[in-house]
Amino acid sequence: MNAAGSTPSKQVKPVGNPLWLVAEITYKCPLHCVFCYNPVDYTRYGQELSTDEWLRVLRESRELGVTQLGFSGGEPLVRDDLEIMIAEARKLGYYSNLITSGVGLNEKRIAAFKEGGLDHIQLSFQDSTRELNDFLSSTRTFELKSKTAKLIKQYEYPMVLNVVLHRLNIDHVQQILEMAEAMGAEYVELANTQYYGWALLNRDHLLPSKEQLRRAEEVTNKFRERVGNKMKIYFVVPDYYEIRPKACMNGWGSVFITVTADGTVLPCHEARMLPGLTFPNAREANMKWIWYDSPAFNTYRGDEWMTEPCRSCPEKIKDFGGCRCQAYMLTGDARNADPVCDLSPHHHIITEAIAKAQQARDKPSTTRPILFRDDKNSRALSESAAVHS
Amino acid sequence: MSVETRLNLDDIVEIGRQFRLQWEQAQQAYVLLYPEGMVKLSQSAGEILKRIDGKLPIADVVENLEQAFPGANLQQDVLKFLEVAYERGWIHPKQAS
Ligand code: SF4
Ligand code: SF4
Repeated sequence: MNAAGSTPSKQVKPVGNPLWLVAEITYKCPLHCVFCYNPVDYTRYGQELSTDEWLRVLRESRELGVTQLGFSGGEPLVRDDLEIMIAEARKLGYYSNLITSGVGLNEKRIAAFKEGGLDHIQLSFQDSTRELNDFLSSTRTFELKSKTAKLIKQYEYPMVLNVVLHRLNIDHVQQILEMAEAMGAEYVELANTQYYGWALLNRDHLLPSKEQLRRAEEVTNKFRERVGNKMKIYFVVPDYYEIRPKACMNGWGSVFITVTADGTVLPCHEARMLPGLTFPNAREANMKWIWYDSPAFNTYRGDEWMTEPCRSCPEKIKDFGGCRCQAYMLTGDARNADPVCDLSPHHHIITEAIAKAQQARDKPSTTRPILFRDDKNSRALSESAAVHS
Repeated sequence: MSVETRLNLDDIVEIGRQFRLQWEQAQQAYVLLYPEGMVKLSQSAGEILKRIDGKLPIADVVENLEQAFPGANLQQDVLKFLEVAYERGWIHPKQAS
């Protein structure tokens, strides 16, 4: 209610409550995916939140109205208190999802998850390229995956498979889908790599050609026709081949929260890279203040911050100018339009990246070798980052 | 409405395995939670779905609702809503055992 005589200065859309929380409970991971979206300097970050701290994050977020909870990482199974968090999540009324590579899942643990009330498991294929041959020749990895898949079925979870696609595996979509079918998957998400973190470093090696993409989609459509409703297949194209950006996170600070292993709270899992922002830490502040009042969560809400062409573009209510992180990584200013948009004056950066990846394909010797996500590479990259800043 | 999602009054339906119905304080509404998100239900949809327990035939659900909201003739509305819900995969008829 306004005091008599005062007029509201401008119509500001009120901030709604958050709906999704992704808890990246650890950065530890037994795998070394080249497309990992974790920050490349992850070894620099501090101590992980304790069990009690995580439980407080869950409670406070639930009070704000969050209903969807994803446990991810790193590999969330690395934490042996996951069972406690799952049980608490159910008590609080979350719909919870475990996003896992399956490494570390055994019968005892899945039984405890079921008992605790975990709603859903998403198994991602860590076709981590080192293992590509193994994976495609269906040997060791496949055995491990089928064991995991059997456990998932046995405990009456729907089988949700997530496979990250890139140039090195996209030509094998047929085999990947056949394997998914053999495992009894009900949902398969074929998600093309998003170029952040490790994936951006490796972009020249990972970005598929338009032709590869077209073939993969064709194969997927044929497969869809054959299996019908038995298996739902989602095919997510890399946004580099689009002319409009994705509505990243449905808008900054609009529905989505990520809490990282060390307690940093982010409006999207990549946001830590953005300069000039101090992200709050769940150790030091409560989630309510973080969501509604912290400067970081308010920075890119609404459209005041936008530059042209977004500012006067009618589509801004649909895509919010795309991804802040992609705008920053590729144009140097997070307020710019996501260069995926062909109205952006920086769109040529995308077309050039496509051309460069093509060149790396034709003449591999001109490109520096692929970098695996591991502690050694992360430390090296952290040091070089320190020198630059 | 496709033929496969027609329902009869003596069908017994249950909520799909992937869905969870719950009251949401923040929304002041019943919601259906599922892996990719949440549907906020209208008041009448919430009243219907919260009575779906996989035991009562639809006719009893209707009766139950008419007791809670006297004076209304709900049979057609309930059936129509449940058929839409079936089509969306929220509910399905229980396998005859
Ligand atoms: S993408 Fe791969 S390396 Fe990165 S956290 Fe996930 S499983 Fe681990
Ligand atoms: S100019 Fe900005 S708001 Fe308009 S379509 Fe492109 S990214 Fe979206």
